[in-house]
Amino acid sequence: MDISWDLVVNAIVAGLLLGVFYAAVTAGVSISFGMLDIVNIAHPAFIILGSYIAYFVNINYGVDPIVVSIVALPAFYALGAAVYQVYYVSFEKRGQESLRGLAFFFGLLFVTEVSLILVFGVDYRYVEAAYIGPSVHIGLIDLPLRMLVPCVVALAMFAMLQLFVTRTFLGRAIMAVSQDQLALQLMAADPIRIKRIAFAISIAATSIAGALLIVIQPIEPSVGRDYIGRIFAICVLGGLGSMPGALIAAMLLGVVESLTSTFYGPSWAPAVAFGFLLLTLAFRPAGLLGR
Amino acid sequence: MNGVKFFLIAIGIGLLILAFAHWLELDYFYFAGYTILQFIVLATAWNILGGYCGYVNFGSAAFFALGAYSSVFIHKTFPLPVPILMLIGAAVSGFVGFGMGYLTLRLRGAFFAIATLAMAVVLQTLVVNWDYVGGSRGAYIIRPETLDIAGFQINYIEYLFVLMLVLAVIALTTARTIERSQLGFGFATIRDDEMAAEASGVPTLRVKLIATTLSGAFMGMAGAPFPYYIGYLQPASAFGLEYAVNSIAMPMIGGTTSWIGPLVGSILLGSLQQIATVTISSAVNLLIVGLLLVAFVIIAPNGLVGLVQERLRARRKP
Repeated sequence: MDISWDLVVNAIVAGLLLGVFYAAVTAGVSISFGMLDIVNIAHPAFIILGSYIAYFVNINYGVDPIVVSIVALPAFYALGAAVYQVYYVSFEKRGQESLRGLAFFFGLLFVTEVSLILVFGVDYRYVEAAYIGPSVHIGLIDLPLRMLVPCVVALAMFAMLQLFVTRTFLGRAIMAVSQDQLALQLMAADPIRIKRIAFAISIAATSIAGALLIVIQPIEPSVGRDYIGRIFAICVLGGLGSMPGALIAAMLLGVVESLTSTFYGPSWAPAVAFGFLLLTLAFRPAGLLGR
Repeated sequence: MNGVKFFLIAIGIGLLILAFAHWLELDYFYFAGYTILQFIVLATAWNILGGYCGYVNFGSAAFFALGAYSSVFIHKTFPLPVPILMLIGAAVSGFVGFGMGYLTLRLRGAFFAIATLAMAVVLQTLVVNWDYVGGSRGAYIIRPETLDIAGFQINYIEYLFVLMLVLAVIALTTARTIERSQLGFGFATIRDDEMAAEASGVPTLRVKLIATTLSGAFMGMAGAPFPYYIGYLQPASAFGLEYAVNSIAMPMIGGTTSWIGPLVGSILLGSLQQIATVTISSAVNLLIVGLLLVAFVIIAPNGLVGLVQERLRARRKP
């Protein structure tokens, strides 16, 4: 077979850009699932909610979607704190998180999706911004700005989260909370408060991830479901709770997906993540950088 | 009451329902009844794994669609009678359930749940790309008006209704038998404390694999007649999230610890949805199901059956 090399190079570059974006989408789950053991399968629903907020403000007031998402951070933080409080009181405290907690998040996912359908309909929506459209050309490589800008924002967000988790007391407390709650209490930190803050941060991250998503592609309410497989595949492949691992896994998945859709057609791309997930679970459940 | 007696009583009730339907002579009753019976089977199947074993399956729609699409495939290749299609659907979905379980059940429960959720997306991708069974355009299956059995002309929708009624009776009897058997106790120990179950000699992996296979098989059986019922099958409808959410919501709302919970849940929620779809809209009715699910898991963790039991217990203790 005659492989056109600039096609391959472009697919790989596009995959890397996409991968960094996937890492931003996964960052929240790395915290909630990886560090807190909360299986928040409603995470993609919050991302889509973020996309629609960015869309709504952008279309009506012409504000840049990424700026909107940063302004909306406190609201998402509060939403996350509220969801955790309900989750804690109803499930974690009673030790029922495995069955009913999962059903709770599944219900949230479903309710959010159906509500968005009722409000916005099932048409694809997109935003307008100066960087959507033009591309930068470097030799053979095309760099569409609508991928490049989200990639830069995603990297910045990812770096900030990583620094926060590894360098601050609060961040280290978050890493410790699922391992040893008693030791944390001895350090005069309330585990429930730490978990609430961590979960709220994970939901706050969906605000930015949502804005990036709608910059990259037009969306409709059920797009989120495609991301469930991806998010958890990346999270598991990277090693639960390891943010650098998640970044590597996300870029790997991005490249493989991009190559798949270039050579076999985009309709096959969603299957890649699942293949990754199953292979990881079957052969290396601890993930690439897992302990 | 032993298993055989229960089975006979269930058959008796089934016959009564059938006699009533026959007397009513209303096609709509068959159509609506079929949907509710189908949900009874799905909810009961989900509960065998979810309620008894404590493992959440988010991919009910995938197992259901597997059954439906194996029927479409066979219908196009070599048409067979629907009861045989149901057995084939059971085999296909049961096998996939076994495979999924084998790959993920050795890990923490959450991984199984996530894998089933992702599997639904991937199977849908496969079907969308598979032109032989209609691809994304969907497949038409012309439902015959009547079926000829030994010279009798039977209304086809009535025939499908009867098949689903039989399946519901079998599913409920199986669930009830499991509940009172050694296998059921094995399930319950896994649900309550898997480590302790393993320590006291329950072969947990094997027991869990039985549950996933059985649960998947019943879902596949429920899906197999679906193309004939609906007439036009497209991936978005077969893999619709409403199957996944309903088969979780119905046992959760009814109560997950016994066979009666899914039955109560699916009759109530199924009828409610039939009414809401006709009077309001199908999107709103899904919203209602989602909200009910969230409300019930928070407020009444043991479902309606649990609420009634609590009430009875309170009355007994003056």
